[in-house]
Amino acid sequence: MSVVLMIKKLKKSFGSLNVLQGIDLEVEEGETIVILGSSGSGKSTLLRCINFLEMPTSGEIYLNGALVGNPRGEGENSRIIYRESELCRLRTKIGMVFQQFNLFPHMTVLENVMEGQVTVLKRQKTDSAKRAKEQLERVGLIDKIDQYPSRLSGGQQQRVAIARALAMDPQVMLFDEVTSALDPELVGEVLLTIRSLSEEGMTMLLVTHEIGFAYHVADRILFIHEGLIHEQGIPKEVLLHPRQVRTKEFLEGHSAFSLPEIGTSSD
Amino acid sequence: MPKAVNLLYIDGRIMGNNYNWDFNSILINWDVFAHGLVVTAQLSALTLATGLGLGFFLGLARYSRHQIFRLPSSIFVEIFRNVPALVVVIWFFFAFPIVSPFEVDAFTAAFLAISANTAAFSADIYRGGIQSISPHQWEAGRALGMSYLTIMRRIIFPQAIKRIIPPLTGRGIEAIKLSTLASVIAVNELLYAAKQLSALNFNPIEAYTTVAFLFFIIIYPLTHISYFLERRFGLSD
Repeated sequence: MSVVLMIKKLKKSFGSLNVLQGIDLEVEEGETIVILGSSGSGKSTLLRCINFLEMPTSGEIYLNGALVGNPRGEGENSRIIYRESELCRLRTKIGMVFQQFNLFPHMTVLENVMEGQVTVLKRQKTDSAKRAKEQLERVGLIDKIDQYPSRLSGGQQQRVAIARALAMDPQVMLFDEVTSALDPELVGEVLLTIRSLSEEGMTMLLVTHEIGFAYHVADRILFIHEGLIHEQGIPKEVLLHPRQVRTKEFLEGHSAFSLPEIGTSSD
Repeated sequence: MPKAVNLLYIDGRIMGNNYNWDFNSILINWDVFAHGLVVTAQLSALTLATGLGLGFFLGLARYSRHQIFRLPSSIFVEIFRNVPALVVVIWFFFAFPIVSPFEVDAFTAAFLAISANTAAFSADIYRGGIQSISPHQWEAGRALGMSYLTIMRRIIFPQAIKRIIPPLTGRGIEAIKLSTLASVIAVNELLYAAKQLSALNFNPIEAYTTVAFLFFIIIYPLTHISYFLERRFGLSD
């Protein structure tokens, strides 16, 4: 297994607010990492720093072993200069799916999935359309290609957004609370799509509140608290036998109400 | 009561009691109006293209992250939005040759002044339209690796345009009407032609009625083009 993404001492502040206080993380190829944490813990900011939608205040990010940006200066004064063109190239390799889908409303489903391929990767229209259709097939929406996003349900829109990111052939996928804006009955179709991606070996990081999904799909769980990785490990350890008090509290909050098991005998 | 008598007299003329409409004097001098119409059309077309075009870049500059673009564009917009267009027309005509090394004729002075006014007002229409598009759309574009210009051209502007068109049409119509201001510095456009003729033939009512009629038939179809464009760009909603 090779390391695709490496993050070193990542810090991010908004003014006096230190959201990320030194994150170290190595993501291996094919790994599915679920990031948990209460709101304001910095988990979304972490995802947004990885593809530089937010500029890190300090720290280093390596993709395939290569440092992103150009380091300048020595010792205390050292910092990294980022060029916009380099970041654009990087973002084509790191796909992102948002809570609010953010499809382009003036384009059909097919055009949405072709857009990045044509304007950024400079692929031919015919090749882009072919690749787009493959991805739409994969998320089960090949019959919707000529529809406008406003005609689709939230779950369908989110699957189009996943196809749009996948069509760029990214090495890593970031999912930022992608089911939080959906009606409960539409959450399942999106989670199933993400699980099949995970099973196909896509490297991905997800921020989610779906603990059950995290348990079944994640290779590793990160629990973020106060801008640091507070606890991490395989789902069974972190979710069932958390070592840290804060993790335990967080999980108890989530499992305060659960349905009784149906049809199980008293064993 | 001489005042009342006077009013009655004017009233009588306008009601047509003893006023003989004489459009013949207009028809005889149709070529004067035709020439005025051509100049009005030239002035309008030039100010529309320049004003609405420059307004787009001013709007972008006012929305820029960089102070070097934001500051000058804001100064330009604030000046030409807050000084009456008529004053600017006159000022350009009389002051431009003194403060700048090159001469401007009356037509150019009017063209520059009305264009500046139109650009200043349309800048905020463009800016408002662009800013009304959700910032999430910018994010979605950036996450795909698109550059600023690509996002603007492919994602933001196509969505903003249908919100921009209605107020921009209003501004365009206003620019055409403002072309009449050129008459004060003796540009031979429609209103000036009418003024000249009425002084010659003593028929101001017919002359200005003709001007009003001609402006109406130029401008009325434009509003319908705007409705058509709105429908055209609104298809995806």
